[in-house]
Amino acid sequence: MKHAKKNYRRQEAQRPPKKDTRQTQRSGGSLSEKLIAYRDLQAHALFSSLGRLLSAKFTSGMTITVLAIAIAMATGFYLVVKNLQQLTGNLEASNQISLFLKDEIAEGRAKRFADTIQQNPSIQSVKLITKEQALKEFVAYSGFGDAMNALEKNPLPIVIEVIPKSALQDSKSMTVLMQEYNQSPEVDFAQMDKQWVDRLQAIMDIANQSSKLVSSILGLAVLFITGNTIRLELNNRREEVVIEKLVGATDAFIQRPFLYFGFWIGFLSGVFAWLIVTIVMLLLKQPIEKLSGLYEGAFHIVFLGFLETLSLLLISCALGIVGSWAVLKYQLHQLKPE
Amino acid sequence: MLKFENVSKRYPDAGDVLLNVNFHLQRGEMAFLTGHSGAGKSTILKLIAMMERASRGEVLLDGQNLNVIKEKQIPFMRRKMGLIFQDYKLLQDRTVFDNVALPLIIAGFGHHEISRRVRAALDKVGLLGKERKYPMTLSGGEQQRVGIARAVVNKPPMILADEPTGNLDPALSAEIMQLFEQFQQVGVAILIATHDISLISKMNHRVLKLDHGQLVKG
Repeated sequence: MKHAKKNYRRQEAQRPPKKDTRQTQRSGGSLSEKLIAYRDLQAHALFSSLGRLLSAKFTSGMTITVLAIAIAMATGFYLVVKNLQQLTGNLEASNQISLFLKDEIAEGRAKRFADTIQQNPSIQSVKLITKEQALKEFVAYSGFGDAMNALEKNPLPIVIEVIPKSALQDSKSMTVLMQEYNQSPEVDFAQMDKQWVDRLQAIMDIANQSSKLVSSILGLAVLFITGNTIRLELNNRREEVVIEKLVGATDAFIQRPFLYFGFWIGFLSGVFAWLIVTIVMLLLKQPIEKLSGLYEGAFHIVFLGFLETLSLLLISCALGIVGSWAVLKYQLHQLKPE
Repeated sequence: MLKFENVSKRYPDAGDVLLNVNFHLQRGEMAFLTGHSGAGKSTILKLIAMMERASRGEVLLDGQNLNVIKEKQIPFMRRKMGLIFQDYKLLQDRTVFDNVALPLIIAGFGHHEISRRVRAALDKVGLLGKERKYPMTLSGGEQQRVGIARAVVNKPPMILADEPTGNLDPALSAEIMQLFEQFQQVGVAILIATHDISLISKMNHRVLKLDHGQLVKG
């Protein structure tokens, strides 16, 4: 100890002029020195807040798990919609009309009916699908072949697929055409393919919208949970904050470690949420691929892409920081030295 | 350095705690602030440290009126004064070095400058070599000296001490007072609130005596 004291005194004695000029300065040194000091301050706040978070393993673990589950749920909804959209996205909104003929209509009459439709100048093409063709197609693609074989009678109707000329794209004349078909005695009912694509699209829009709403609510929950965690942390470190205020700390200085604390909570929750989502997706991958295989492999499960993973992490961090900031803004003013 | 001009402080439920207080503490002057409990010693310190604002009158520090100072300016004004407390107010989970370094870190000093100044301050209070210890492992007198080192490390022109020897025995108290005198000799203004009459009488310094919120001597 004494040795250190002596050493120190010797150093002081060796450079008195430099010491003196520095003493008169109000705050530390040149601009570059200040910048380095500022960087050190940031780095220190970044790592000390992580250390603090990790030292309270149980509390931090629980908070981060809750946040991760909320974020994972929001991400899950997003992925469900994304995967469904992949299914419906392939459907082109053609304006094909399918005419399902009445059961008692024989094939010959159906052919004549198809010919009459063909003569209409606004029709581009007509295709007749007989009961047998329909059955073959159904057995081949649906995977319910055995069930169909068990039936005594082919339940499928004759279908005439009508594609109108492109001049007839507008919906009014299409509606007139539809009514005309619906009234003809051979037709059980007429259906525009576009109609059900539209309907499916509408359902998808609802699913998409709901997913966004639920995600926003979950995001809000994340915001509040982070805020509350920071509030507790601030309370735990009340003494420290008061002392810092008394020795001249600005709010920015006092806030810094807490904001980093919020950042770490957000970041770790984001990483954890990504893990949850990925594990769930991996568990679902096989059954879904199997189902897809049964449907000619038209569907493949879609994971989060690189940019989506990046946004997941960025949004998580942002929520952590904003949640902390909002609480600090409000609570720091209330914490006054006494 | 520090000037009180007709300062009154009134609390809604306690009435006037200070009434028309006038005094002027010169640069490099050391003064005791004394009086019975509740006479208004702490209120005066709180007004100077900007924890409270005066109801009437002006508190001037370095020519600046503390009554009208903006909230954002308070931290920078506080850097002009070193505060010392009866209960030391040290951060228990940080080393002596880190405690003393805090004002310098806050002021944005560089690493080397901080190290140099902290060691100089600890040397002055006779604690060089205890940088790595935690406050809990030190005696009361040593803890208060850490508090003093923290107060002077930033070289403020004024020191405010609230019952600095309240928890210390007479011998240690005398040591602390000698330390204050050393700072006074290098031009620091010092205001010490205390009710330790025997300590005050042993030292030949100005005494500001409060009685029910009014300055009766000073």
